[in-house]
Amino acid sequence: MRFAGLVNKLLVGAALLCAATASAQTIKIGVINTYSGPFATLGDLIDKGFKLYMKQNAAKLPPGVKIELVIRDAGGPNPDKAKQLAQELIVRDKIQILTGVVFTPNAMAIAPLTQEAKLPFFIMNAGTSVITTRSPYIARFSFTLWQSTYPLGAWASRKYKTAYIAVSDFAPGHDSEAGFERGFTEGGGKIVGKVRIPLANPDFVPFMQRAKDARPDVVFSFIPAGRQATQIMKAYGDLGLGKAGVKFIGPGDITTDEELPNMGDLALGVITMHHYSAAATRPANKAFIAAWKKEYGEKSWPSFMSVGAWDAMDAIYYVIREQKGRIDPDRTMALVKQYKNPNSPRGPIAIDPATRDIIQNEYMREVRKVGGQLANVEFETFAQVKDPWKELQKK
Amino acid sequence: MIRRASYGEPARIGWLEWLPWAAALAVFFALPEYVPLGARILVYILFALSLDLILGYAGIITLGHTAFFGLGAYVAGILGAKLGVTDPLLQMAAAAAAAALLGVATGAVILRTRGLTLLMLTLAITAILLEIANKATALTGGADGLSGISVTPILGQFRFDMFGKTAYLYCLLVLFAGWWIVRRIIYSPFGASLVGIRENVVRMHAIGSPAYARLIAVYTISATIAGCAGALLTQTNQFVGLNVLSFEFAGELLVMLVLGGVGRIYGAFVGPLVYMIAQDQLAKQFPEYWYFGIGLLLVAVVLFARGGLLGIADRVVSKFRGERR
Repeated sequence: MRFAGLVNKLLVGAALLCAATASAQTIKIGVINTYSGPFATLGDLIDKGFKLYMKQNAAKLPPGVKIELVIRDAGGPNPDKAKQLAQELIVRDKIQILTGVVFTPNAMAIAPLTQEAKLPFFIMNAGTSVITTRSPYIARFSFTLWQSTYPLGAWASRKYKTAYIAVSDFAPGHDSEAGFERGFTEGGGKIVGKVRIPLANPDFVPFMQRAKDARPDVVFSFIPAGRQATQIMKAYGDLGLGKAGVKFIGPGDITTDEELPNMGDLALGVITMHHYSAAATRPANKAFIAAWKKEYGEKSWPSFMSVGAWDAMDAIYYVIREQKGRIDPDRTMALVKQYKNPNSPRGPIAIDPATRDIIQNEYMREVRKVGGQLANVEFETFAQVKDPWKELQKK
Repeated sequence: MIRRASYGEPARIGWLEWLPWAAALAVFFALPEYVPLGARILVYILFALSLDLILGYAGIITLGHTAFFGLGAYVAGILGAKLGVTDPLLQMAAAAAAAALLGVATGAVILRTRGLTLLMLTLAITAILLEIANKATALTGGADGLSGISVTPILGQFRFDMFGKTAYLYCLLVLFAGWWIVRRIIYSPFGASLVGIRENVVRMHAIGSPAYARLIAVYTISATIAGCAGALLTQTNQFVGLNVLSFEFAGELLVMLVLGGVGRIYGAFVGPLVYMIAQDQLAKQFPEYWYFGIGLLLVAVVLFARGGLLGIADRVVSKFRGERR
C-alpha cells in the first residue's frame, strides 16, 4: 500500500506542475465532446468545426487575449461521465465558458452544475427543447428537434394521410415523436403506430418491419445522426418499404451530409426538414465548404454539427470581444441574448432573448443527385423558426 | 513486505495499513482540486473490494457484479428523486438491503453452477437489470439518466457541495467501514474456508464444509457492499446513468482489480487508484486517443505483471531480501 500512496502523490504532483501555467489574458474554455465509441464520428465533426473557426478567425480576438481549450471526451451518451468531467473542468481547471456536448442526456446532467457555478454553457449540438430551461446559464447554437419536426409534421399532413413513427428511445427521440405527431395531427393526419428503438446498438430491421406491417403512407423517424442513420436507411431499403410506396421522412439527422455517400441510392427521394445542408448555395455556406475542404481534404464534408460548433465558437469570440477579454458570467449571458449572425453558413441566426434558444431558418430538403453525388437539396424555407415547444408552452 | 492477507497470518492492523488512510486525508487537505476525482476513486475502491472478496478469495468468477452496484445506485436515486426519501443514510441502508436481497436471491440459483455457466448467468442477470432500467423510463429516466436526485445534508449537518469535500469524507468513512468488514472476514476461519473452496471444492466437501451455504453468504455480503458503493456514487454525483449496469463497467472494474492484484485486500486499493489516475491524466493529455494509453497499460500488466502491481512489489521486495520463490 506504500506504493499506492507514493504513486498517487507523484502523479498528482506532476499533474499540478503541468497545470499551473495560465496567464491573466488567457481565457479557458472547456469542451466536452465525444471522441471515442460508436459515436466518435460526431465528435470529430464538431471538433473540426470549432477548430476551423478558430484557425480562420484568430484576428477577431482582442489583442493579447488568448484562448486555451480544455478538451474532454465523454465517449457518447454518457451522462454521469459528462457530469464528472464538467465538475472537474469547473473545480480543477477553472474554465470560464463551457461548450461542446453532442448528446442531450449529457447536457441535462451538466445543466445544474452550470447554475451552481455560474458558468456560461454554449451548446453545440444537444437538441432537446427542455435543456435550456434547466439553467439560466445555457444558450444553444444548434437546433431543437421541435424546430424541425413540428413544421415537418404540418407539411406532411398536407401530402399524406397516415404516418408511422419510429424514434430512438431517449429525450430527443421523444421530442421528435411529440413534435411530429402534434404537427401531423393538427393538420388532419392520422398516426397509425409508434415504436421506440433502443439507443445503444439497435438492429433496425424488426422495427422497420413493424412500420411496414402498419401500411402507412409515410414513416417518420429520428435516430442520432451518424452511422445509425445509414443502418436505418439500409433496413428501410432491405425490407422494400420504398418499393411498397412508403415514404421515409424525418429531421436532417436521418440524412446527414457526411453519411450520404455511405447510404447510396437508397436515400434518393428521402425528404427531411433541417436547418443546414452542406449542399446549400448561400455564399456564406459556399465559403464555409471551401474553407473546410481546403483544411480537411476534398472528400470531407461538414455536417450540421460542424456548423453548430462553428456558430457557438463565433458567439464565444463575440462575448470575449465585447468584454475585452474579461469574462463575467452574467454579462456574458446578457450579451449572448443579443447575439445575431446574418451570415452563418446555415443562413441568418439569432438567439431568442426570452429562451436563450436559437432562432433560424428551417429548410425542406430532398435527397437528389447533384453532379453525380447525393445531396440534401433545399426546396422550401420556413423563415426564422423559434422553438415551437417553448412557444406552445407559453399558451 | 506486503503480505497476502489471509487466515493464519497475524490479524493485527500493522502500521503500514494505516498509511492509505493517512494518505487519503493528506490528499483532502493538500490537493482540493483533486477531491472530486478522489471521491470517485474511493467509491471504485469499495466496489473493487467487494469484487475481490468473491473473486479473489471465494473464486466466484463474475462479470455481472455491476448488477448490485447499479441496483444500489438506482435504489438510492429513485428514493431521492421520486419518492422523497432524501436522507443519505436511509438511502444507503435501502440500497444495501435491496442489493443484499438480490444477492441472496440470485446467489441461491447461480452459485449451484461453476466456471463458464456461472459467468454467463452473472452476465444474464446484469443484462436483465439493464433492460429493466432502460425500459422503466418513468422510474429510472431510461437512457437519459435519472437526474434531480435530492440528498439532504448528512445527519442534517454536512451538505454535499459542488467541490466534493463532504462527499469525499463521507466516501472515506464508508470505505473504511467496508474495509474493516472485509478484513475481518478474510482473517476469520470463514475467510479461510472460502479460500479452501476456491482451491479445491471437493476436498472442502470431504471435510464437511458447507460450501454452497458459505458461497451464498459471501456473495450476499459482497453484493451488499457493492450496493453501498452504488449508493455512494449516486449521492456524490446526484445523478444515475444506465452505464452503472453496463458490461463495460463490469469489465473495467475487473481490469482495475487485476491491475492491482486479485485475492489480496490491497489489490483492490491499488488497482482503481492507478487506473483512474492514469485515465484522468491520459484523457487530459490526449482527449482524442486516451483509450490507446489505457490499452497499452493493460497489455503491459497482462504481459509483465501477473499478480498485478502488488505482485511486482512482492517480487521486488523478495529479491532485495534474497529470498527464493
